[in-house]
Amino acid sequence: MPEGSSPDREIIEIREERDIVICRQACREWAKSIGFNLVDQTRITTSASELARNIHDYAGFGEVIIEEVENSNGRRGIKITFTDRGPGIPNVEVAMNEGWTTKGSMGMGLPGAKKLMDDFYITSKVGEGTTVIIWKWLPF
Amino acid sequence: MISSPKNPKKRSVEIQKIPILKIRDYLIVPIQIDLDDLSASRLQQDILKKIDATGARGVIIDISVVEMVDSYLGRILGETARMSALMDAAVVISGMQPAVAITLIELGLQLSEIYTALNLESAIDLIENLLNGKKHA
Repeated sequence: MPEGSSPDREIIEIREERDIVICRQACREWAKSIGFNLVDQTRITTSASELARNIHDYAGFGEVIIEEVENSNGRRGIKITFTDRGPGIPNVEVAMNEGWTTKGSMGMGLPGAKKLMDDFYITSKVGEGTTVIIWKWLPF
Repeated sequence: MISSPKNPKKRSVEIQKIPILKIRDYLIVPIQIDLDDLSASRLQQDILKKIDATGARGVIIDISVVEMVDSYLGRILGETARMSALMDAAVVISGMQPAVAITLIELGLQLSEIYTALNLESAIDLIENLLNGKKHA
């Protein structure tokens, strides 16, 4: 297991373009083993793909942490954290709008990932980097 | 409870070339791997080159085993259809899984300008109809 990983978490480094695929395949496996149905597995995998690509395209390097979690109500779920030390986003609110991009893409990554997941958190500081966290919960 | 997948250390991705098969006057492109971005854009170029080289007038891209289409792959598929149209070849996407269709629409991606078919067999019917229609037009 990679350093820092434990039975209930896995760390994936994003260094090159193909790590996006490795990341989304890992997220799919985790989602499956936690017990998500096929549609939720696909939502989780697709969100992870968008956010891992953002790391690769904007920061070049970064890290993804996949965890199985439980909330205060005892509901189990998956939490995926995407961290980079890239240029950061000047205005997060604007970046959450569909179509906002500085890379000629479709600008669907952030708003798309948010729509597909149950919970979404983003923090970013120019010159320091960006962290995005997404959660999906199993139905009771 | 330990539910993590086994052997996460072994994760790797192999680069594989997608075959482009010519049948009658159209091409069949079965995507059977999880495409990384580079392979997806390479495939787009390969399809256009093959249309040019063979004079194919239609392309079926079968995605029945593709488990995820994100905004990048969605954009590549949409672009490929429009580029092929400029080269007088119609594109049909076949076999999209229900979970993929649900996720694509929720993501906000519209692929409305693309012909689609439920499976490869219907895609072949569709493309032959499209091509025959064109011939008689």
